[in-house]
Order: sequence, then structure tokens, then C-alpha cells
Amino acid sequence: MPQGTLDMLVLRTLVLGPAHGHTIAHAIEHQSEDVLQIEHGSLYPALHRLEDRGWIASFWGTSENNRKAKYYRLTPIGRKQLASQTARWEQVVHAIGRILNPKTEKP
Amino acid sequence: MSWRRFLRRAQWDRDRAEELRSYLEIETDENIARGMSAAEARRAAHRKLGNIVRIREEIYQMNTIGLVDSLGRATRYALRGMRRRPTFTLAVVLTLALGIGANTAIFAVVYGVVIKPLPYPEADRLVSLRHDAPGLDLTEAIGTSATMYLTYRDEGRVFEQIGLWTNGGQSVTGLGEPEQARTLWVTYGTLQALDVLPLIGRVFTQADDAPDAQGPEPVILSYGYWQRRFGGARSALGRRLTIDERPSEVVGVMRADFRFLNMQPQPDIILPQRLHRSGQVLSAGGFQCVARLKPGVTLADANADIRRMLPIWLSAWPPPTQISRQAIANWKIAPAVRSLKEDVVGNVVTMLWVLMGTIGLVLLIACANVANLMLVRSDGRRQEFAVRTALGAGRGQIVKELLVESVVLGVCGGALGVALAYVGLRLLVEMGPTNLPRLEEISLDPRVFAFAVVASLVSSLVFGSISALKHTATPAGPVSGARGASLSRERQRTRNALVVVQVALALVLLVSSGLMIRTFLALQNVDPGFVTPGNLQTARVWIPPAQIREVDRVTRMQHDILDRIASIPGVASASFASAIPLEGRINANPIFVEGRSYDPGKMPPLQRYKLVAPDYFKTLGARMIAGRDFTWRDIEQGGKVAVVSENVARDLWQEPAAAIGQRIREPGTNPPYVWREIIGVVQDVYEDGFYQQPPPTVYWPTMMERFFGGPGLFGNRAIALVIRSEQAGNESLLGEVRQAVWSINPSLPVFLVRTMKDLYDQSLGTTSFALVMLAIAGAMALSLGIIGIYGVIAYVVSHRAREIGIRLALGAEPAALKRMFVRHGLALSGIGAAAGLVAAVALTRLMSSLLFEISPLDPATYVVVLGILLTAAAVASYVPARRAAAVDPVQTLTME
Repeated sequence: MPQGTLDMLVLRTLVLGPAHGHTIAHAIEHQSEDVLQIEHGSLYPALHRLEDRGWIASFWGTSENNRKAKYYRLTPIGRKQLASQTARWEQVVHAIGRILNPKTEKP
Repeated sequence: MSWRRFLRRAQWDRDRAEELRSYLEIETDENIARGMSAAEARRAAHRKLGNIVRIREEIYQMNTIGLVDSLGRATRYALRGMRRRPTFTLAVVLTLALGIGANTAIFAVVYGVVIKPLPYPEADRLVSLRHDAPGLDLTEAIGTSATMYLTYRDEGRVFEQIGLWTNGGQSVTGLGEPEQARTLWVTYGTLQALDVLPLIGRVFTQADDAPDAQGPEPVILSYGYWQRRFGGARSALGRRLTIDERPSEVVGVMRADFRFLNMQPQPDIILPQRLHRSGQVLSAGGFQCVARLKPGVTLADANADIRRMLPIWLSAWPPPTQISRQAIANWKIAPAVRSLKEDVVGNVVTMLWVLMGTIGLVLLIACANVANLMLVRSDGRRQEFAVRTALGAGRGQIVKELLVESVVLGVCGGALGVALAYVGLRLLVEMGPTNLPRLEEISLDPRVFAFAVVASLVSSLVFGSISALKHTATPAGPVSGARGASLSRERQRTRNALVVVQVALALVLLVSSGLMIRTFLALQNVDPGFVTPGNLQTARVWIPPAQIREVDRVTRMQHDILDRIASIPGVASASFASAIPLEGRINANPIFVEGRSYDPGKMPPLQRYKLVAPDYFKTLGARMIAGRDFTWRDIEQGGKVAVVSENVARDLWQEPAAAIGQRIREPGTNPPYVWREIIGVVQDVYEDGFYQQPPPTVYWPTMMERFFGGPGLFGNRAIALVIRSEQAGNESLLGEVRQAVWSINPSLPVFLVRTMKDLYDQSLGTTSFALVMLAIAGAMALSLGIIGIYGVIAYVVSHRAREIGIRLALGAEPAALKRMFVRHGLALSGIGAAAGLVAAVALTRLMSSLLFEISPLDPATYVVVLGILLTAAAVASYVPARRAAAVDPVQTLTME
């Protein structure tokens, strides 16, 4: 999976509110309707990278089943990034759609 | 890349580990909830998460500054390797330390003397004003005269401050026994131009300069003199001194770090130079002139301004008697302004740059040697590299390690080198040539330190990249390294090339030191006009007019002193003169020959003149070529006699003998002229050192009637005694000489006590300094070159042991084998020598100003150096070659 894609998926997940790594991993897997089967471990370098850029922030908390867990939340910068990346993503999808299926574009 | 993250990466890693553990726990909990067994749940969680170590590594990598991390590792690895191979390490570090140390030391000298600005504020605006006078036929630019200075001060547009100065020893009495203090005379403007402030009190003002200033003469003391004579007491200000029997008053003390240009020795007392406007005439030279240019003014602007003012000067002042204004115009005086630093540093610049270049070559040779050692070592590590490559080490990784190892070696060598340079500089400053200017300003300055660091790094990269490149050039396959026999040709070629370079550079250095040795020998062969300078004691004595007014009494007193000195046991002969050779006191004037006609608009060429007492030539050891020496009788009879040097006689009368009986006169007299008869011709004396031709010189008797047209008798008050004795330089003789002087007159100071040998050594100071330094460089180059040849041949022999074994087993003659290896060594040196010859021919021209009567292409030097080098090369290859011949075929063949 391209790096940028995973980053965006993480940000999208966090729009709904803070979550810890385990939740994020399952959420991504779930949201993509299990199309994206990822090794959950590969999520952590992405989290680290995003945190380092300041798009997300982390804090230690307690999980639903009372385990110590590290939670992530979107920062304002991250929110802005997500918006612009989503827009770009949709443009790309749109463009690919036009190339693959030109006729549907001009009814 | 962020240092914050880099430094906190260990803590981050712990954090991540905990986070991953938390994931596993949550996932395991959920799996159990889904009905898995605890063990299964844990296994599934691990599967889901993936390789924990790899994740942590990935994040860790993101946090490190890769270069720093891997460099740190490579450094530790290099240090470990160096400890494991102490001989190799020692050889490399010592070679580099010598090379870098020598370069650092010489750079410190070059920096302190040539590059560093003079110790005055905005020193780049300081200039020295000199003049060329092509019409006077002089070899050097002349100084500035009082009238020129007054004109420039009044009319100049480019000077912020301008001042005249001159030095001279003066007697100070009134503080115990008569003492000679070194004095400096300055006009207002000199200290102002240098922009120096006193420690206490004040410097001179314009009012101090006025010729009609009333009251005691203001004087400024140097810090050292103030400490010596007044114990550093502030009460010294206002103290009265008697200087040359004139009342003076201390008005200021200079700071401890004050240096007046390159005056040697530095002045003890600074006096105001007063110039009376009336009575000044057109003349050239006489004083030194220093000026501070206004900001933004260039040397060219300054020259142009002076060129504009010279016609004003020529028309504003009266000419001296007997010389027409036109004659002075014919001197064609032109400005020759140069930076003050150039003036202070003088002619050692070439010598220092030659040395710097030479020592730089030594460092190159050292690098070549180290590169060779590194190549040999990396060959020995081929197997190690092969194994590591097989285990996944990238080639870049290994190259990086080789480079890091080089830098670590270079830095160790550099550190030791700086220590060596420190010791070397201490020695140099202690016993360095006294005529090396600004010697006390040489130190291990931060910039010198930076130079050492750069030199170490650059040389590490030079030799490091050679061995690293060679590593990348040959594929280090896992198998190829195991056997040395198939050693790549390519590496051997590199090694050979390095040896060729070493030999070539060594040849250049040997040729330059050879040329210096030849120069020194040639200098020894010069007949300077004096013999055994070590047995010639000199000292100055001055009889001030305030003490004895009448000239004939002065001369009689000097005669009495001579008689007294001559009676000291061990003194072979004694005499005196106005100046002794190599002392740098120059008087010059034209002479006129009886019976020749002179164009009134044109002056005859200047001749040096000296006033001498009888026996001066005999005491010095100068041969009389024709005629006879002066006698006291000549002097008593009015001194209407003269002795000329051989070159004067040859110039005017072709034959020395033909000069005898001719009559000459000095300028300044009116008819009826006083003609002085030439009674002797003496050999030429190298008055200005050996690099200058002996100047044509006229010797007048020490006392004469109507000298320069003056009324009555003229006599010389300031005399330099010359005493020939085996005891010259001994304190006992000096004590007796002082006693002899004081027994005649107890208030006469005896000063500038030195032997002719001191002056002689000083005049050869630059040459001997260059000789010693070049000889050291040459010796280092030769030994490094020999080590290089030896190393390569020894290496080849050890790698071809099998081949040698087979050859011997098949019946090869050991002698033939030996010859083969020696031929190899000689071939390399031959190529190197040929390249070196070409380089030497090109480079030694740069040092021609250091040479004396030796061409930079002196064939004898080249032949001898080639001989030495090739012999050394033959020996260096013979030693390992003998080992080849001693190889036991059975043993070598069964060894592998």
C-alpha cells in the first residue's frame, strides 16, 4: 500500500475521535470492507511519521477493556491535511474513472 | 532529520515497544473473547501484528540521523582495528604527524609573518613612502627627506596621518653609569598614523615637534625600559633625564605589546624629531616615512598624489650648494609607495613560500606512503571484506569504513602533528634567524589550528580515497580474495604509481636542498673582504660634542683609546671606522676626479664612503691591492689622502695601480678645491651581505681638513671599534675593552657590542634558515621515498613467494631473481626520477632569489641528487630482493 494512502486512512479514522493503534488498525481493515488486509504492525511507523509531522498527537490512556494504551487524535494541522488530501484523492479517482470509463462522463 | 529525536531515540523506542505490547494485549483479549485458547489467541495476535522487531527497527531508523549513527559505529570499528594493528597504526600516525606537524609549523610562520595583519588598527591602510631615483643609479628605493615630508604634509590629499622616523643609538646619562639606550626619533604623525595609544601619559603632539619648542625635550619610554629603569612606577612620568646631554622629560610610556614596525632591537626611548624649516634643502632619502591613507584610497592613488607633489617640492625648496636644481630633477625621483607590511616583512616572503611549498610536498609524499600502507592493509583484509559482503554489507558500507578509518588515522596524526609543531615553533622562535621579521608574532593561533585540522582532513581524504577507490574498483567476490596469488594487476599499478610520485617529489625536494647546500658552499668561498669574523670584536663608542667640542681632541681621544685597547694581551690589532661591513650604515656621495670635466646638470654616480683610522684594513683582513694604508701622520697632516676599493679604481682608471697618485674630492667644496690623493687600493668588501655586489667605496681618513667644504677640521665622533683577538666575544675581553675606554673617559658609553661573526651569521640568517629547513624536508622526503620503495618491493616479494618458489625449484639462479626485483625497484625510481627532473626544472626557478651564484639548473646538483636517489632506491629494493632469493621452494610450495 502506498504510504500516502495509509496516512490518509489513519487521518480519516481519527476524524471520528481519538483512538489507539489497535482500534485504528481494525477500523481501517473494517472501513475498507476487508479489502485492505494489512499487517497491523505496519501501521505503527505510519503513526510515528504522522505524529512527527504534527498531524496527529498522542497521549496514554486506558482501553475499553482496561488496558493501558496509547491514544492518537487529529491536530488542527492534520485536519487541514486530511481535507486537502481528500480533495486531491477524489480528483485522482475522478481522473482515473474518466480514463477507464470515458463515456459515462458525457451523458 | 532532527537532533532532538536523534538524541531521544532510545526513549522513543521504549515507548513504541510498550505501545506494541499494548496492541498485543488488546488483540489477545479480543481473540480470547472470540473463544480462542489463551495460547492460540496470543499466537494469532502476533500474526496479526507482524514482526515486532522489524517495526521497531523501522521506527528507530526514522529517528536516527543515519550518517551520524553509522559514522559513530565506523569510528568505533576503526579504533578497534587500529588497536589490533599497533605497528601499522604507529607507522601511519607517525608519518602523518611528521608531515602535518611540519606543515603546521611552517604555516604558523607564514601566517605570523606574511598573512597576519600588522598589530595596528586597520593596518591595511598603512603605507611606507619610498622613492625610486633612476637617475641616481641605486639598486634599492630610497626613503623620504625632510623637505619631501614637509611638502607632503602640507599638500597631500590622500594621507590621514603622515610621519617621519629614524633610529639611532643615543646615550642616556643621569641614571647611574653611562648607558646606551636604543632610540627612535619620530615626527608628529608617526605614532598617530599607527594609531597606537600610550599605557600612561601621552604621545607627542604637534607642539612637541615645533623646532622652537621651549623646555625639556619630551620623551616616551617603552614598556620594557620603563620596567627596567623605573620599576614600572607611575612616578616615572615627569622624571627628568639627560639624553645626549640635553634635558628631557618623560611624558608617556607605551604599552607592553607596542612594537615599532620591525625595528631590531625595539626602541627603549622615543624622541621627537624636530625639523627646522629654514635651512632645509632639496635632498632625497634620509628618513623613513609612514602614513595612514584615508579610507578607500589605493596605493595607486597615493602614488599619483605624490607624483603630483614632487614638482611642487622641486620648485619650493632650495637646492644644496654646488648642485643645481636641474641635477636634482635629473635624479628622476618617482614615488614607490608600498604597504607597510611589505616593508616590514621584506624579502623573506619568497623564502617562506618556497618553504611552505616544499613542506607541502613532504606531506604529499607522506600521504602517498600512507596510501600505500592502507592498500597493503586492505589487501590483507580482502577475505574479511569478502565475508562481510557475503553477509550483506554493501560496498558503500565498506568504502565508508575505509574512509572513516583514514579520517581517524588522519586526526590522530594531526593531533600529534600539532604537538610536534608546538615544540618545533618554540625551538624556532628561540633560535630562529634574528632577521626573520615579526618572529615574536608567531604562535599557534586559532587559524593555524584550523589549518592543521584542514590539513589532516584533506590528507586523510587523499590517502583514504585512494585505498577506498581501489576497493570499489576490484570486485570483492566472496571467493576471489582467498588466494593472494592472483592479486589484481590494477592494485599493483596503483602502488607503483604512488611510489613513482613519491620518488618524483623526493627528487624535487632533494634538488632544492642540494641547491641550497651549493649556495651555502659558494657563499663560504666568497672572499668577503674580512677574514675569521669570529676573531673580530666590534663595539661602538660615541663622543658627544657637548663633552668635547674640538674635533682634534676627539680624534686624539679615540687614538688614545685604540692604543689602550691594542695593549690588551691577546689583541693582535685594533682600529675603528665610521661603519663596519654588514652593519647597514650607509653613507654615499659622488666623487670628482681631478682633471675630468663634469656636466653641471649631471651628478657623477654615488660612491659609498667611510671614515677609517689607520690599520682598519689590516685588522679586518682586507688586502691592499696597491699602494698603502693610512697612517696617523697622514691624519695629522690634514688628511689630504684617500683609499679606494678595487672596483672604484677599475671603474675610473681600469687598473688598480693606475689609481695611485690620482686626486679626488668630495662634493660641497668651492674652488680652490681640496684634492685628496689616492694612496692605496683595497680589495672589494661585501658591505651589504653576499647577495649584493660589493659596493664601490671610497675610504677617507677619520679626520680631515675642510671635509665637504666645511671650515677647519672634520672628524668622526661615532666610531665602530674593530679589534682582532682570539678572545673576541668573551666577557673578559669586553670587560678589558670597556675599562680601556673608561680609563680614557669614564662617561663614554660602549654599545652595540658584537663580533663580526654575529653580523656575518645574521646576514646569512635567511639563507641558513632556508638551508636547514630544506635539508630537513629533503631528508624526510628521501627517507619516506626509500620506505615507499622498500614497502612495494617487499610486498611484491611476499605475494610472489609461490612463483619464486616454483622458479627456484625449476632451477632459477637466486642472483637472477635478486636482480629481477632490484630492477623493478630501479625501474620505478627511474620513472619517478625522470618525472621529478621535469618538475624540478620547472619548480626550482621559483627559488632562484635564494640562490647565490648557482643556477637553478646546476648540473652538479642534479647529477649528485640522482646518484643519491638511485643508490638509495637500489639498496631499498635489494634488501627485500635478498629475501626473495632466500625463499625455500619446498616450504613455500607446501605452505598453502
